[in-house]
Amino acid sequence: MSTVSVAVSKEKPPLYADHKKVYPRQVRGVFRRLKWIVLTVLLAIYYSLPWIRWDRGLDAPAQAVLLDVSGRRLYFFWIEIWPQEIYYLTGVLILAAVGLFLVTAVAGRLWCGYACPQTVWTDLFMLVERWVEGDRPARMQLDRTGFSLEKLKKKVLKHAIWLAISVITGGAWILYFVDAPTFMGQLWHASVSGPVLFFIGLFTTTTYLLAGYSREQVCTYMCPWPRFQSAMLDEDSLTVTYRDWRGEGRRPLRKSESWDERVATGGGDCIDCHQCVQVCPTGIDIRNGPQMECIGCGLCIDACNDMMSKIDRPGNLIAFDTERNHQARPLGLAPRYRAVRPRTLIYSLILIVIGAVMVTTLVFRPRLDISVLRDRAPLFVSLSGGEIRNGFTVKISNMTRQDRNFILTLPDLPQGEITVVGPDETPAKAVPLAARRDSVNTYRVYVRANISVLHGASTPLDFVLTEASGGETAHRDTVFLGPEH
Amino acid sequence: MPTKNEKDALSGVYTTGHEWDGISELNNPLPRWWLYVFYACIAWAVVYLVLYPGVPLGKTYWHGLLGWSMRAESARDLEAASQQQAGLRTQLVAASYDQIKASPDLLNFALAGGKIAFAQNCAACHGAGGQGARGFPNLTDDKWIFGGKYEDILNTVTHGAHNSDPDGHSLFMPAWIEDSAPTKLTMAQVGDVAEYVLSINKRSTDAAAATRGQQIFADNCVACHGSNAEGNQDMGAPALNDNNWLYGGDKATLVTTISRGRGGVMPNWGARLDAATIKSVALYVHELGGGK
Repeated sequence: MSTVSVAVSKEKPPLYADHKKVYPRQVRGVFRRLKWIVLTVLLAIYYSLPWIRWDRGLDAPAQAVLLDVSGRRLYFFWIEIWPQEIYYLTGVLILAAVGLFLVTAVAGRLWCGYACPQTVWTDLFMLVERWVEGDRPARMQLDRTGFSLEKLKKKVLKHAIWLAISVITGGAWILYFVDAPTFMGQLWHASVSGPVLFFIGLFTTTTYLLAGYSREQVCTYMCPWPRFQSAMLDEDSLTVTYRDWRGEGRRPLRKSESWDERVATGGGDCIDCHQCVQVCPTGIDIRNGPQMECIGCGLCIDACNDMMSKIDRPGNLIAFDTERNHQARPLGLAPRYRAVRPRTLIYSLILIVIGAVMVTTLVFRPRLDISVLRDRAPLFVSLSGGEIRNGFTVKISNMTRQDRNFILTLPDLPQGEITVVGPDETPAKAVPLAARRDSVNTYRVYVRANISVLHGASTPLDFVLTEASGGETAHRDTVFLGPEH
Repeated sequence: MPTKNEKDALSGVYTTGHEWDGISELNNPLPRWWLYVFYACIAWAVVYLVLYPGVPLGKTYWHGLLGWSMRAESARDLEAASQQQAGLRTQLVAASYDQIKASPDLLNFALAGGKIAFAQNCAACHGAGGQGARGFPNLTDDKWIFGGKYEDILNTVTHGAHNSDPDGHSLFMPAWIEDSAPTKLTMAQVGDVAEYVLSINKRSTDAAAATRGQQIFADNCVACHGSNAEGNQDMGAPALNDNNWLYGGDKATLVTTISRGRGGVMPNWGARLDAATIKSVALYVHELGGGK
């Protein structure tokens, strides 16, 4: 038996970490202004897009952007997507993903810091919070004090505004799925359906909880994106960087000490004022180096530059910089930015190829489609006169806004006679088929042919649809089955 | 038991205190709200299991305070569906064939309902697509034993054939060779008739036998099958002058059919299904492609 040294420490580490509330301080500067601009533009798009009208003619929704679930259409201005074309949505998602990779490789977590809905709404909620409760010290003070009427008033007001924003956010989300003016009418008459109310409630709740309470917890614990950031960034990507080679030897500024004396005694540019920590929306200290929690918003840069100008020192002690330049600068080497490098070239190439393929197919996609479904039970029917009959279900998708008339012929089997189940069931070599606008038209079609004209058990058959007025054609290959002979 | 809680020098994070061959695990604590979400899930599960069935108790199970069951839910759905269909079903029972064909709503309702009813009741013998099998008539071709008009099909579905229904088709193919003498025909005569039937379809290999058989056919068979073997749907006697055979058209099968007789049973569905369903099935069969 071996002896094991046992040293149980007095200080027990916690199994579960308490939430440390972050109180970001107000900050002014280039990146803060940029963030406000992006926020304004994105929110304006989100709230106003469903209200843009787009005339598509009779009995089509006149809303520019609409995912019509019950009608099974996706409308985006002049583009109309049918369910079988949903791969365009896949394409857009792939473009978005590769675009995200490209932006990240060049300029770091711009998405996280500026454009992500989590960031945008959190910023909006923080704005409300600051307006009602005051800036960081006032908020911390308010939370520390016990109950008072003043506190209750402020808290109630804050949560009321938050809830109002949440309801509007949840309500606007619904407008992407239903006609906006119709919905407002229903809202006015209190006749909104249960499922719609459920989704408004769902998005109201998530907005309120995620932007009001969870905030940076979403980025740190829920979002997968920060977890594989390190694979997306390389030494040429811009990240928020604390120039420790300039700043270290950090210590508070002393009035009694001149700057030269400070430098001579090993003092750095960082005066340890903690402004960068206090403005950080995720509550981290950027001076600890790159961290998973950093969303790359650059607010600490604004805070630090403000402070540096006050003490009359050069700015950009914290800056968007690349790892390569961060290594080069202290050695006195000139900074080099390599936005064009294999990684970004490959991302761009993928973007261009997928984008080109999508645009090309979108421009040339047919607005008429015929699909033919062979009967499988029975595969064929032997008629008493020695003829063979095959049954088919023919579906004509007319994706235009006009009613159209077509002639169905079978050039591969000129002797075949076509019967369409319906009012007129006279067999013919060419039969008229009508296709109503914006719909899939289904027909039961029987084809009869004498066994003598068939090539063995399986004869090629081509369903050709020609517009009666001599316009567009569409065709679908299938086979005509019969007995072995 | 954890032996020691050490701080990892590199990451500044405490270890869990467990050590395996010198390997210890860092303790990165979960946020506490996450823990509460987990507790909330447990509470949810407990409430759920009290309200809903989910706990086995020997041979029975806990039914839950709400008394909810999937079977009752399904019964409610069926009830609601039949309530919805009640109007269309009444219309269907009252409507004539032409009226049904003229109303797309009624036609689609009947065809959809007929398809389901056919799959549940008829497909076992007549095949999933109505293509039939040996001894069970093909409903998709243009040959009909008891008639291919909508009314004929409706009648056959309602009363069936060779069963106890007094209105069903009752005539059948007799056995021409009987177990005890005297038989109606001799085995040689049966062979000759079979040869004659083959000759109608130009498949005979024995002209002399066919000629002998023609006379026997004229004496015994024309009453039902017609003088030109064209069949008679009123009597349920199939035409013998085409390519379609219910039991098989080769000589051996013909000999068996003539000597032993045939009488395939079709149940009288009028006793089992309601009027609307029967009409739906008849319409569905009529629209399979062979309807007259």
